[in-house]
Amino acid sequence: MSAIDKRYDFVFLFDVLNGNPNGDPDAGNLPRIDPETNRGLVTDVCLKRKIRNYVELAKDNAAPYEIYVKEKAILANQQKRAHETLPDDLKDAARTEQAKAWMCRNFFDVRTFGAVMSLKDVSCGQVRGPVQLTFARSEDPIAPMDISITRMAVATQAEADKQHGDNRTMGRKAIVPYGLYRCHGFVSAPLAERTGFGSEDLALLWESLRNMFEHDHSAARGEMASRGLYVFEHENKMGNAPAHTLFNLVDVQRNGDETAPPRSFEDYAVTVDEASVPKGVTLHSMI
Amino acid sequence: MAFGVSLKVWGEYACFTRPEMKVERVSYDVMTPSAARGIIEAIYWKPAIRWVVDAITILNPIRFENIRRNELANKLPLSTVTKAMKDGVSPVEKFIETDRQQRASLVLRDVRYIIEAHFEFTGPDDNNDGKHLDIFNRRLAKGQCFHRPCLGCREFAAHFGPADCPDPVFPNGGPESMRPLPGVPDDKDLGWMLLDLDYDNDMEARFFPAKIDHGVVRPWKMEEAKA
Repeated sequence: MSAIDKRYDFVFLFDVLNGNPNGDPDAGNLPRIDPETNRGLVTDVCLKRKIRNYVELAKDNAAPYEIYVKEKAILANQQKRAHETLPDDLKDAARTEQAKAWMCRNFFDVRTFGAVMSLKDVSCGQVRGPVQLTFARSEDPIAPMDISITRMAVATQAEADKQHGDNRTMGRKAIVPYGLYRCHGFVSAPLAERTGFGSEDLALLWESLRNMFEHDHSAARGEMASRGLYVFEHENKMGNAPAHTLFNLVDVQRNGDETAPPRSFEDYAVTVDEASVPKGVTLHSMI
Repeated sequence: MAFGVSLKVWGEYACFTRPEMKVERVSYDVMTPSAARGIIEAIYWKPAIRWVVDAITILNPIRFENIRRNELANKLPLSTVTKAMKDGVSPVEKFIETDRQQRASLVLRDVRYIIEAHFEFTGPDDNNDGKHLDIFNRRLAKGQCFHRPCLGCREFAAHFGPADCPDPVFPNGGPESMRPLPGVPDDKDLGWMLLDLDYDNDMEARFFPAKIDHGVVRPWKMEEAKA
């Protein structure tokens, strides 16, 4: 697969309904929030995790789409895979290079996001991937709620004895009633050349952004969905326009009563100023 | 200073990690010269030239925010990879649940800088200063880059443009967008700060006593800096 030869910048919109898109370990797993603006945050690594999980599901963890940073949820089924033996007379540096190339060839997440592999005697044994995601942020301030719930059972005999057989425990669940989040991302063609990130990988990346929430349902997440993926394709490898000017073309505004808190995607209007897309840049609406 | 360039960079978050606080990352108050060099190199660099940062002007007040994330505790050993390459069946994987660390980062918020830099030649080849300068300035004006520059960590992407380009704080651009906002410290001693890594000497870190002087940090020259 030959590497991509164009630069891409993208805007990714997703929303959450009555769920917690990304808990904050510092705040007792409440939804992350920007303390200055009260807007919700979803970290880059949270989204990358979902992309990895989706690719692992979709490609069954087979080369060349293996995933090396895994969650336990999916049992790795080890398969025989195409491999090459290393000549033993290789020097350390060359061995490192070979290992790096092999990792890039076989592992989607290494090829896409890069990876750091610790190496003996050779520092800089790291792969910088072409795809870069930033923190996603909600369009409006979110109002996280803490919901108390009860469980009609207790975990231990001791607890049961304490309650004289009443056997109930209280728990809590943190939710965002509704939030529309916006994430910006970048794909660098020169870095793609180095890791061999090709057009099929790119298609898989878009597919995973479209579908990753469909396979990530859980009690905590509520209803999450991908709502928009606007990809700016540059003709030139280095790009044809500054990224921030392109991102400004995707405008998210409130629909209807702006004083009422937003509660669904219908409360927002996404407008894309296609007329202002600069020459040499093509806009693809992927969702 | 024959081949000076200046550019504006900005972003919502930045983390120029202090080397002494790398586990729970704490950012320096301002961008380090090595981070500024990295941003310039993300736009244009060739082995024939070496970028030297002359000044970093701070345009936005210095504000911090704390973020805690789940991170992977360990790296993948090379031996695991080579073993799998040899026998074709050994697993190459890391399970995040068993190897997780929750780490906090104290990061900067809403930063905006003007970087002034020039380049020097590393050898006798390809010494056409006008060429390198023009390529850099063309890319800067068009928003072109080799890879997306970042403000310390890759998740904090940097936007960049010519020093007087329109920016989110002053949409009209122009001279006021090159002026520090109220609240930027005029003079402040920042203590010893990372200047850059000395790649000629086993990647040794070099430090210099950084000061904000009228809103500007002027790095020392590499040869003056202390290891």
